[in-house]
Amino acid sequence: MTTIASILLDGIAYGMILFMISVGLSVTMGLMRVVNLAHGGFAMLGGAFTHWAMVNAGLPFPVAALGGIAAVVILSVPMERVLYRPIYKMGELPQVLATIGMTFLMIAAVNLWLGSSLLAIKLPALMQGSVNLGFRTLPTQRLYVLGAGLLVIGGLFLLIERTRFGINLRAAVDNPATAACLGIDTGRVFATTFALGAGLAALGGILGAELLPIDAYYPLRYMVLFLTVVAVGGLGSITGSFAAAILLGILDTAARYLVPDAGTIFFYLAMILILGIRPKGLLGRH
Amino acid sequence: MTGVATGKGLEVRGLNKSFGGLVVARDISLRLAPGDRKALIGPNGAGKSTFTNLITGVLQPSSGTLTFDGRDIRPLSEAGRVKAGIARTFQITNLFKTMTVRDNLRLPILERLGRTARGFRRADRDAAVEAEVDALLTQFRLADMGGRVVSQLAYGQQRLVEMAMALALKPRVLILDEPAAGVPSSESPLIAEAIAALPQDLAVLIIEHDMNLVFKVANRIIVLVAGAILTEGTPAEISADPRVRDLYLGAHHG
Amino acid sequence: MRDITGFALMVLAAIVTFYAFPYSLAFTTRVVIMMIFVLSIDLIQGYTGIATLGQAAMYGSGAYAAGLFAVHVSQAPLLGLAVGALAGGGIAFVSSLVLMRAEGLTQLMLTIAVAEVLREVANKFSAFTGGSDGLSGISPAPILGIWDFDFVGKVGYIYAVAVLLAVMVFLKVLTSSPFGLALQGIKDSPARMRAIGTPVMRRRIAAYTISGVIAGIAGALAAQSTALVSLSVYDFQLSAEAIIMLILGGTGRLWGALIGTAIFMSVHEVAASVDPFNWLFIIGALVLAVVYAVPQGLLGLPAELRRLVRRPQ
Ligand SMILES: Nc1ncnc2c1ncn2[C@@H]1O[C@H](COP(=O)(O)OP(=O)(O)O)[C@@H](O)[C@H]1O
Ligand SMILES: [Mg+2]
Repeated sequence: MTTIASILLDGIAYGMILFMISVGLSVTMGLMRVVNLAHGGFAMLGGAFTHWAMVNAGLPFPVAALGGIAAVVILSVPMERVLYRPIYKMGELPQVLATIGMTFLMIAAVNLWLGSSLLAIKLPALMQGSVNLGFRTLPTQRLYVLGAGLLVIGGLFLLIERTRFGINLRAAVDNPATAACLGIDTGRVFATTFALGAGLAALGGILGAELLPIDAYYPLRYMVLFLTVVAVGGLGSITGSFAAAILLGILDTAARYLVPDAGTIFFYLAMILILGIRPKGLLGRH
Repeated sequence: MTGVATGKGLEVRGLNKSFGGLVVARDISLRLAPGDRKALIGPNGAGKSTFTNLITGVLQPSSGTLTFDGRDIRPLSEAGRVKAGIARTFQITNLFKTMTVRDNLRLPILERLGRTARGFRRADRDAAVEAEVDALLTQFRLADMGGRVVSQLAYGQQRLVEMAMALALKPRVLILDEPAAGVPSSESPLIAEAIAALPQDLAVLIIEHDMNLVFKVANRIIVLVAGAILTEGTPAEISADPRVRDLYLGAHHG
Repeated sequence: MRDITGFALMVLAAIVTFYAFPYSLAFTTRVVIMMIFVLSIDLIQGYTGIATLGQAAMYGSGAYAAGLFAVHVSQAPLLGLAVGALAGGGIAFVSSLVLMRAEGLTQLMLTIAVAEVLREVANKFSAFTGGSDGLSGISPAPILGIWDFDFVGKVGYIYAVAVLLAVMVFLKVLTSSPFGLALQGIKDSPARMRAIGTPVMRRRIAAYTISGVIAGIAGALAAQSTALVSLSVYDFQLSAEAIIMLILGGTGRLWGALIGTAIFMSVHEVAASVDPFNWLFIIGALVLAVVYAVPQGLLGLPAELRRLVRRPQ
């Protein structure tokens, strides 16, 4: 019983991290039909900036983290404009190649800047330690992750359902051509979404550093993980990404608890099973 | 089970299909016998392309029967129905765009001959196949274009390749989904001419908006509205039908 | 005619390489094996339009099959290649039954998953495969009982080149056959292929299986030439780098696979030895330059240059 509760708690916290990092990827990939392997780079850059700001500039965690997220958002705008726009109309293959190339450049840049060792992010006292839940103790950091995840989902929900931008975004995902005819500036919608997605990835990267440690090779190491969430959730579906992230988070955690030496086999088998039955993902359009 | 064999040709009875709540085929019945020249007209979204897809096996009907020469073809795959003798063209040009015109014509011929599983001997060195390609090129007035990559052709010529590929299958039933769609009016006589030159005993169903073309090639016209057959008759009857006029006037306003 | 020139150049390049870099035969042999592997991807990706980032599944299975066969059954190299081919083809056939139903991102992800599952399986059966220590005990007998593998790797290199030539001839014949034309048709338009009566799924499965056979041969060759098989034969990185090499050279033309592999691996080798930490800068920039400047790959460079020259008029 307590094992199940533990698995659920840890799994959901892990899932929240996966969701925050992957949701922007899912929406942008669904929106522009672009295969983007470089998205994990934004999570790493968020973490790297934060690490640098804390260690070298001595900033406190909240300031460093916000700065890291802001830096990633600011960086993502010219990147989208210069590097991504030309590849939207290309085939899948050049997109794979271009975004792998970008990944390499991000890795090399961080490697040159901060080296290839672990870029630890020391949490403030407030977020350290643990709370006693009776049947077990839970690292306080997980509570923040859960809280942040819920805030992100709530925020995204309000943004998508209640704002002009959300309406435009949904129209553009459903049918870019029609949306453009209706006078929606799809280029702008995409640039905004891209920046938002990059910012969320940075947030997820920073908060998730405990579970997915930040170093230069981060984007390559976790590339498949994030893409799996997107594929299983269904391209372009926020709810789908959430469901997939939580599901895969719980599944992976359960496997670690129950069959510690099974490695990632359950994760991948689950993915094959789900995508074999539903090639468009859990909530993908048919 | 399949009902009485009702003679030669394609027989559609009581065909129904819906996408979610949207009914796109409502109790459609239709017969295409050898030599028939029928036209299917109706406003955009009436379900004409869907009807093509139901007959060729791209989509499965929710109910209704489909027989060809008395044989139930519903269990057949898309490929199976082509082998049975049903071919179609696409409303939106669907060619092998990186290939030459010759290769575009070779492929259906090779497929008809059951050769595409063969992994040896060059695809472009069989005299009989090449002769057939030449004949098709001449028939569709594309003789000079054989070596061009299809995406470099004028749109009207691409529509001709579209038709030539279907004809290369030597079908007994041919469904032409808006063969003149998007073709500038200066080139549309070429399309009409190509349709007029189709083999006499071929059963042809042409879906088209260009009424001049329809009147030129079809001797029966079926009018489809919102997935259901509104009426059927000779070109004279249809052009005199006030409901059809309203429909087309209305469509023009909309 | 063009092909004959191509083959002549290829043999010439192999000979020149042999004499020009007598002390780098281990590396040049690796390049040749990688060429075979990249060719196997060209068949499915470049000709058939199947998206993959998991070709290592077949390469790794070929390597383990050939390695285990050598250790437990026979050290005869050609038999080992056959076993590797069988393993690669078998894995490809079975996995294609699921893979070929998907497309785009889903297909990419599934190909990755297959390779990862196989890696975990190989790891699980470490008593058999050596797990993370790798499988050792491979020491190939003389080829056909005649040519013995030497220390410098001369025979190993010639052997790999001979296999590459055979694979290349096979693929040339296959891709210009009716089957090859049908694969290109499937890449251009699966809907049209179905409309002309082709059983598209069956053709895709066939192409994937053949590609698996070739990847399995590459894996088996690697096992024999390095006398070791480790879990890294299933690495995602291997699949991803092979894709880069393919696109770098140009897809769907076979020669592109060879050129892309030679250039990528040479750049990697040189850059990594000059500055092991910053070679990713160079490869990243190279990759981006290709995508933005020569989307057809390096084989498309002459045509691209001609266009540039002609444009001013
Ligand atoms: N695969 C599909 N899923 C959902 N709706 C579809 C699909 N294909 C067509 N439709 C809808 O069915 C209706 C009929 O379409 P179609 O057969 O293409 O009409 P037509 O060819 O007469 O213009 C349209 O409203 C179209 O949007
Ligand atoms: Mg239509």
